Amino acid sequence: MTHAVDNGLRAWLTAETPQSRGQARLGRVYLGWLAFSRNRLAMIGLSIVLLLVLMAALAPLIAPYDPYRQDLSQRLLPPSAAHWLGTDAFGRDILSRILHGSRLTLMIVALVAVTAPVAGLLIGTVAGYLGGWVDAVLMRVTDIFLAFPKLILALAFVSALGPGIENAIIAIAITSWPPYARIARAETITIRKSDFISAARLQGASTPRIILGHVVPLCSSSLIVRVTLDMAGIILTAAGLGFLGLGAQPPAPEWGAMIATGRQYVLEQWWVATMPGIAIFVVSLGFNLLGDGLRDVLDPKGQ
Amino acid sequence: MPGRRHAIRGAGLLVSVALTVLGLLLVTFLIGRVVPIDPVISVVGDRVSADTYARVRQELGLDLPLWQQFLRYVGDVLQGDFGTSVLTSRPVLEDILRVFPATLELATAALVVGVLLGIPAGVMAAVHRGRWPDHLIRVIGLIGHSIPIFWLGLMALLVFYARLDWAPGPGRVDVFYEGLVDPVTGIITVDALLAGETDVFWSALHHLVLPAGILGLYSVAYIARMTRSFMLDQLRQEYITTARVKGMSEARVIWRHALGNIAVPLTTVVALSYASLLEGSVLTETVFAWPGLGLYITNSLLSADMNAVLGGTLVVGAVFIGLNLLSDLLYRLLDPRAR
Repeated sequence: MTHAVDNGLRAWLTAETPQSRGQARLGRVYLGWLAFSRNRLAMIGLSIVLLLVLMAALAPLIAPYDPYRQDLSQRLLPPSAAHWLGTDAFGRDILSRILHGSRLTLMIVALVAVTAPVAGLLIGTVAGYLGGWVDAVLMRVTDIFLAFPKLILALAFVSALGPGIENAIIAIAITSWPPYARIARAETITIRKSDFISAARLQGASTPRIILGHVVPLCSSSLIVRVTLDMAGIILTAAGLGFLGLGAQPPAPEWGAMIATGRQYVLEQWWVATMPGIAIFVVSLGFNLLGDGLRDVLDPKGQ
Repeated sequence: MPGRRHAIRGAGLLVSVALTVLGLLLVTFLIGRVVPIDPVISVVGDRVSADTYARVRQELGLDLPLWQQFLRYVGDVLQGDFGTSVLTSRPVLEDILRVFPATLELATAALVVGVLLGIPAGVMAAVHRGRWPDHLIRVIGLIGHSIPIFWLGLMALLVFYARLDWAPGPGRVDVFYEGLVDPVTGIITVDALLAGETDVFWSALHHLVLPAGILGLYSVAYIARMTRSFMLDQLRQEYITTARVKGMSEARVIWRHALGNIAVPLTTVVALSYASLLEGSVLTETVFAWPGLGLYITNSLLSADMNAVLGGTLVVGAVFIGLNLLSDLLYRLLDPRAR
């Protein structure tokens, strides 16, 4: 029975003559999904990212202990049945802290992902569409930001704004937008002279309308790929800032900061610094695999 | 005629670099201005009369309009005056010149690791495209891109120093060799050889292996990926087929003909990865207590020593721009088509 429904749905999705724009779009998405799901590594990446989201959503329910509760009689215990990943210097359960830390990681990634690419997209499309001196000025600014190594610039910004997770996010966002602006500008220049843009202009569409309604949507897919590939880098930068004591502040269960506190025990109580590092590694690997898979589907020339 | 075209292009490049440097200065200047720390108080302390406060404020030029302050700042920096470090109470430039050789030593050693492993790996991946060496190298690259470098450094210390005792601990030389060699270049391995102290040289080299290996892994992934894609372009060309048809050995075709032809783009890749190694050195130096520029910047950060932080940022940014310019110039110089 379900098989029949399945067939009906698939036939509808893969119809050669779609009846509506919606059907055509869903069909495209379906074909993309088929290509994506054939890529085993990309599926592993997707599972890791979904698992991260699930962990973050359910952290209070699945964490066996309170991530902040200290118990000095239980300090620096090796992994055991009671504490699967051991405890840290304050007797806090490391597994619970990693589970709660996934919320911070996800928050950092999400906030950077909704700010930097949007800013880059706007700057790049405006520069590419308007051209002339606007383009020259905006691209010069972009080049200046690209001239700094990202981590060093983020460090300088955090030092000015003061340590803390919000400021770390702002610093990472400020240092992440330039590549997106470059990509968006390059795409805009290739479509600026298209007939459909001229048609829209002749119909009296305003410049903001053309940029937002016609140019931005066409630049989005290559940007999405780039953002996914950059997520791992963002996670690593945020963890690095946390490790240096400039990102999330203790007692927040941020993974980088957890490694920093475990650092002085690393030679004896190895698990304190090791476990959060594995979490960072697995999550960034997940985003990298997902990004690679998305690139193959959305942007075949990238291979 | 071509000489004149060259001159125009060169001038354009110079103007572009000058503008970028000016922008770099503007960014560090503005960061310095938004700091919530009052620069007057950091000089005179917070127990002074309003008169003294106003006088110092005037001396520091903080009563001037912002653009005049910026011009003063640019003038100072161009004369090598980066201000005084609150932490060490020495001129920042002096501090930076003292710590920079350590970073240079680390980054250069890491680059050697990156080139020696990355280029052969990239060539192997291209030659065996789609088979297991290609997949293996791709997976290693992915893993390298996903591991936090400071964590990997800690794990390396745990395994190779604490457990296996194969590598020495943090620092640049063994404790009892410290200060034995007079700094000439500031690069301990070189200084030791100049002084003929082979023991110190081996100790320094020993200490270099772990941090340089960890840092180098980062450039391995990048260099291997770029080498692979350049090689794939070459192996498709007809001159490769011709060489094979002539009966040339496969090794010669690959390592002499194809690799020889990608030497130019590879040089620019290597120059660029040198720049990113400077960045990676910040975290690596912290883990391995390596007294270089990265450690200097982070220590200054933690004690809110803004002159030192901005000076360090400026130097790294300038080196970055310099390496970009260098790779651009190398490309134009070496590739006859770009001339």
